[in-house]
Amino acid sequence: MTAVHPVSPRRVTPDRTGLLLLIFLLTSALLLLSHNREWLGTLGGVGALLRNPIVEAVVVSLFLANILFAYLWRAAPWAKALVGLGSLLLVLPWAGQEDTSLLDLSIQIMIFAALALGLNIVVGLAGLLDLGYVAFFAVGAYLWGIFASPRLAEILRYYGENPGATNAGTLALGLFLTAVTAASMVAINRHHQRVPPTRASSWGFGLASFGLVAGLILSARALLVLNAFRAEGLANGIDPNFFWLFLALSVLAAAIVGVLIGLPVLRLKGDYLAIITLGLGEVIRVLANNLDLYSAGSQGITPIGSASVGWFDALAARLGFAEDQYGLLFLYVLSLLMVGIILVVNVRLDRSRIGRAWIAIRDDEVAAQAMGVPLVRTKLIAFATGASFAGVMGMIFAAKQTFVSPESFNLFQSIGVLSMVILGGMGSFPGVILGAAVVTLLNLRILPGLGEATANLSWIPQQANPGQLQRLIFGVILVAMMLLRPEGLLPSRRRTLELHHEGDQEDDSAKGTGPSLTGGGGDVYSPGLETRQEDEPAGGTR
Amino acid sequence: MDLATLLPFLVNVIAGGLVLGFVYAIIALGYTMVYGVLQLINFAHSEVFVTGAVVGFEVFRVLTPSPMNGYLKLLIALLAAMVISGLLNVTIERLAYRPLRNAPRLVPLITAIGVSLILQDVLRLIEGFQGRFDLTYTLPDGFSGKFCGAESSCAAVGSTLARLGLDLQLKDVILIVVALLSLAVLNYLVNRTRLGKAIRAVAQDRVTAGLMGIDSNRMISATFLIGGALGGISGVLFGMKFGTVNAYSGFDPGIIAFTAAVLGGIGSIPGAVLGGLALGVIQNLIGVTNIFGGLLGIANLEAIDASYQRIGAFIVLVLILIFKPTGLLGKSNVEKV
Repeated sequence: MTAVHPVSPRRVTPDRTGLLLLIFLLTSALLLLSHNREWLGTLGGVGALLRNPIVEAVVVSLFLANILFAYLWRAAPWAKALVGLGSLLLVLPWAGQEDTSLLDLSIQIMIFAALALGLNIVVGLAGLLDLGYVAFFAVGAYLWGIFASPRLAEILRYYGENPGATNAGTLALGLFLTAVTAASMVAINRHHQRVPPTRASSWGFGLASFGLVAGLILSARALLVLNAFRAEGLANGIDPNFFWLFLALSVLAAAIVGVLIGLPVLRLKGDYLAIITLGLGEVIRVLANNLDLYSAGSQGITPIGSASVGWFDALAARLGFAEDQYGLLFLYVLSLLMVGIILVVNVRLDRSRIGRAWIAIRDDEVAAQAMGVPLVRTKLIAFATGASFAGVMGMIFAAKQTFVSPESFNLFQSIGVLSMVILGGMGSFPGVILGAAVVTLLNLRILPGLGEATANLSWIPQQANPGQLQRLIFGVILVAMMLLRPEGLLPSRRRTLELHHEGDQEDDSAKGTGPSLTGGGGDVYSPGLETRQEDEPAGGTR
Repeated sequence: MDLATLLPFLVNVIAGGLVLGFVYAIIALGYTMVYGVLQLINFAHSEVFVTGAVVGFEVFRVLTPSPMNGYLKLLIALLAAMVISGLLNVTIERLAYRPLRNAPRLVPLITAIGVSLILQDVLRLIEGFQGRFDLTYTLPDGFSGKFCGAESSCAAVGSTLARLGLDLQLKDVILIVVALLSLAVLNYLVNRTRLGKAIRAVAQDRVTAGLMGIDSNRMISATFLIGGALGGISGVLFGMKFGTVNAYSGFDPGIIAFTAAVLGGIGSIPGAVLGGLALGVIQNLIGVTNIFGGLLGIANLEAIDASYQRIGAFIVLVLILIFKPTGLLGKSNVEKV
């Protein structure tokens, strides 16, 4: 290994302001025209082709690539801002006016972008593989779904008829139990940071966590019974103006669930954590499937209300949107705002003390602990932060779909979000947004398009329809990225340096111009000395 | 239902759980052996196992018209599944895991998940292009019949079992015999042969084993071959037991078997067997909790039915990992720097 790394001369990229603007104008025109139904109608065969979902996905991808170019290319700042803001705030809603499915798709992409950003904190920054991430998304979705639909009245009615022995005393008992157990869990946790856990303290912690759950259940039940008389006034759920309150509540609820799930499992090592989170994610889904009273089981909850903001609707009307489009446009703007906020929070966290602590834990838990990083607390913060993003987007998802059912929250969705993070690059914020856009487009447009196109081909039986190849695609993304480019498509600088420490030499050996000095790593195994420097998937085992 | 009928019922539930448990035990061995040598949860093992089930299905399907003895058909199915699943597992290791041997631990884990997803759809496509999705086993005559029924030569044994309240099918007994034989062979292989000694050495300390002249790559391949072959056997047994499999049906048994491996103590072969048997029984008991709930008059229990079975495995897993992370027979290992 060489001690000195030659400083590679920074390639000077040409200024591409003109090209950026040109592409922006062209793709915008294409997007607007291809979503204008009247105009398409006059085109005949070409119009039908442009309406093909695969072609539409290509058009949308080309258009969204503008934002990527604006991020990547060297161009005048005003041009970057114009392209970025113009495409998101002007062209997309404009095209969406003609074809609301475009707005729907954009909201989906942003929901997944936010989920990927949240998972990125857990997996990319803190290095905790969470395979049940979508559970937090479900928490947000069901929170709003239950309260903003006729479900709430049914639950209250049920408790009105079956109050059991519950009264105000139960509420007090439940709150007391919750407080005591939560306090003792925190205390034991503090204790564990000073001395290694003993059997008694571990058991105490476990018992306290059950007590906490019991306390929460008791309190919730008592609240429901005490409020049962309100059932008649809530036939369609709560007032939509509570939307904003619930936006905050969904963040809080998901974070609390994140902490509750995290507390018992975060002391586990990497792979155990993966399988446990996978399990807990499935538990939440199975519960949603079975607790018919609360979640309406597999039929799902519908209809779910959404907020309606007077001035926003007036603005939308002024801009020429139809009345049934207000809601979708509102959610589009809201999710754009949320992704923006989440992105800012992410960037700030990444550069903060806690962000560095996450990365320290990811790279070497023992060393981080030795440096004074409180392991469990830092991991819990990562879990709760990631969870809260998912919670708020879950609520937006419920409002957009006006329907939630357990099938939206299966393991497969978690793996989809994971593949977005991996594709874009763990730890890289622009990367995971790109990953979210690519995977969502594949999932919602290209695969269904392929499925539709091949539905009538006799040599492809229904059982082999390519419209359901999501697993294959997610799998190929995961494997190919891990083997070939573990830092992702748009890697963060830090991650690239970690994964390609000997980058210059590797490039040489790949071109055949010099012997690979690191190739020797393949002959001698050093599993105990697992250092990041040796991780170079392309050259390590030759 | 009263107590007089309850006891035989319970006996049957537990016996059924043990039969199921043997399948889980054999699957769990695949997880635990790979974890032993690589400290990797081989998520693709559930698909290696389903591959075995698909191969078994194909063998029985092709051989259905032939007048061959049913046991010979089973033997062919088992051997074919062992070979194909074993080679598949070795190939996966060679292509997907070996290049990542020195990577951070998250990297091979994510790769394993990816491999598992790819195999699911590849299996679906292979059968899908023949117009099939759910594969229903066509078992040889008599396999689904009663074990030692009234007409058979061992009717005396059958009647004794019947008096104990046991209601076994022939395929259950075959399943237990095959599982026990595989365990015996595995035990011999791991504990009595040079190969087994070398595998154990690699599992204990790869570097030192390398210094002693053991080719650790070959031993890891051998482990994947053995684990895959066990996966193939368990696939055929699973297909026989449940009758129907499809490309996606590996997930649940995979998770349960992994839980079994953790319950017994990951890396421990007897532990995997013990864990598998325990989980099989637990799972069957969860499946009938509603009946007991009704019997005992506990309303809350009545709501718990078979749909909670998969949660049961997870809850067991969470509880073990919280209270006894090393499992029942595992050794505690403190991380050294």
